[in-house]
Amino acid sequence: MSATSPAPAAIPAITPTKAPTKGPGALAAATLSVRARLQRAGFTLEVDAALPLAGVTALFGRSGCGKTSLLRVIAGLDRVAGADVRFGDEVWQRGRHFVPLHRRRIGLVFQEHSLLPHLGVRDNLLYGYRRTPPAERRLHLQEVVDMLGIGELLERSIDKLSGGQRQRVSLGRALLTSPRLLLLDEPLSALDTQTKREIMPFLSRLAAEAGVPIVMVSHAPEEVERLADRVVFMRDGRIDCIETLRQALARSDSPLFADEGAVSVLEGLPGAVGPHGLRAFGPEGARLWLSAGGAAVGEGQAGEAFATQPPAAETAASPPRRLQRLRILARDVSLALDDPTRISIQNHLRVTIERIEAHTPGRVLVTCRLADDQLLLAEVTPWSVTQLGLAPGQQVYALIKSVALLG
Amino acid sequence: MLGLGPQDWQAIEVTFKLCLYTTLILLVIATPLAWWLAAGRSNVRTAVQALVALPLVLPPTVLGFYLLVALGPRGVVGSTLEDIGLSHLAFSFEGILVASVLYSMPFAVQPLHEAFSQLGRRPIEVASALGANAVDRFLTVVLPLTRGGFVVAFTLTFAHTLGEFGVILMLGGSIPGETKVLSVLIYDHTEALNYDAAHRLSLGLLVFSFLTLFVVYAINRRFRVARVG
Repeated sequence: MSATSPAPAAIPAITPTKAPTKGPGALAAATLSVRARLQRAGFTLEVDAALPLAGVTALFGRSGCGKTSLLRVIAGLDRVAGADVRFGDEVWQRGRHFVPLHRRRIGLVFQEHSLLPHLGVRDNLLYGYRRTPPAERRLHLQEVVDMLGIGELLERSIDKLSGGQRQRVSLGRALLTSPRLLLLDEPLSALDTQTKREIMPFLSRLAAEAGVPIVMVSHAPEEVERLADRVVFMRDGRIDCIETLRQALARSDSPLFADEGAVSVLEGLPGAVGPHGLRAFGPEGARLWLSAGGAAVGEGQAGEAFATQPPAAETAASPPRRLQRLRILARDVSLALDDPTRISIQNHLRVTIERIEAHTPGRVLVTCRLADDQLLLAEVTPWSVTQLGLAPGQQVYALIKSVALLG
Repeated sequence: MLGLGPQDWQAIEVTFKLCLYTTLILLVIATPLAWWLAAGRSNVRTAVQALVALPLVLPPTVLGFYLLVALGPRGVVGSTLEDIGLSHLAFSFEGILVASVLYSMPFAVQPLHEAFSQLGRRPIEVASALGANAVDRFLTVVLPLTRGGFVVAFTLTFAHTLGEFGVILMLGGSIPGETKVLSVLIYDHTEALNYDAAHRLSLGLLVFSFLTLFVVYAINRRFRVARVG
């Protein structure tokens, strides 16, 4: 991977000049409620939902399921007759009452090309900032520029930017309005895999530290697993269910598993780099070892795509003390009755089997509980279950072939 | 000067006054109209679009005839104006100004309509999200991004008004200093077999019109390239 891709730790923390409204404050209890019915040719959107205004909420579903339509109703981009939209105790739309988008103070990031082509990077960034009342400004140009690593781009014209740079500028521009809500409409889907990996750390840093609730449209399970705190599952214009990410990952029929199979997401704090050059992750008893660059472990080669050269700041034994996520595919997890010692797989965890259930044809999904109570899924064959005599309550060893640090 | 007589200069003055006023009036009318046309699709919009484009296909005499009927002393507009103490508009500068505005309207509306359609909704949505109200959005986003469309629209309007003949002859006649524009004067010179005078004015108009169109197309080309980038 190229050395230009910033690793998570290279991003300075955002330090809003006023305390962020996250946490037990007013907004945490507030909700964004939307009730709308929208009929289009061959498509009906019918939703009635209340979303907590905290953390990251993902609207997840296949293309055409109504995610973007719902986002546009929330933003007020489409004024759908009869819709009811409330933001905390503020009514954005009800009956004839309608607060236009420019007075809602929402940060909006679109899928692609949304920079104003007649303005340079600096003027794009400042377009919203200049229109934000000074008293409402919590973030300023320098912080946002540092956080997104776009200092060198400031004086450029926007047609000299790569796709990833454009999206970072778009994000920065939205942040500089000090929004009360960030709406992201598939902000990564127009980017290639490499560029996605370049932007993801910024998004997760943003989600963790900007103190702004985020509603994000996505059809990519990996983005949801990496960023979301809760997931709104949508299908055919309706909301199937709203779950926390943990709930969504705890059921074997989760729509998040449709592409790559079952996945576990472990949260933990990255620790120090050990003598063997690997970085610890998670607490004692549920500790994993990642390659120090920040991303991979396993049989030496596994997950190499993530093996970035860590910037100086990160190698200095003080990794960011912020919960990070690991994404582990269930098919990369094997189970053993004993702790194997002579094996190339580095990560062995003692786990307790919670549940064994049929998954896909010929595969069984074993839900295991780690020492720190997080869940880890393993995909094995029915034959292995019989042969090893696996049963709920049993203590076994989970061998993890590769994991990806999600930042 | 240039071998032009006082009659010629008078016609040039009337012509340029007519072109300038027509262009300014259409700036005010065509911009919102083109914006509305570009904002959606409906039968009403299509009908208005067709109506605006009518002068492109109608013989100028048809438009001139109906305007004469409507704006004259016994016409709907003309008699109303008389009733409120004003004069009717046939054979007057104001009359041919009204005619010019209608006759040149497609040349103002169509390039703007095109420019606004090409712009799409995204830049406006972006500006709204960033806190810009409608006027702010128009001035800081729409106008700079459709500048080329505006230049084309108003140069074409000016140039097209310059070339009006039939409508003016029908409605305005040929009153020196009032409705006698260059095209009409050239016709008069020719009828009087004054070919030298007709030639001087014709050549002047030809060169001026060519330069105008050259500028328009040059701007248009740059505008297209800029949009792709």
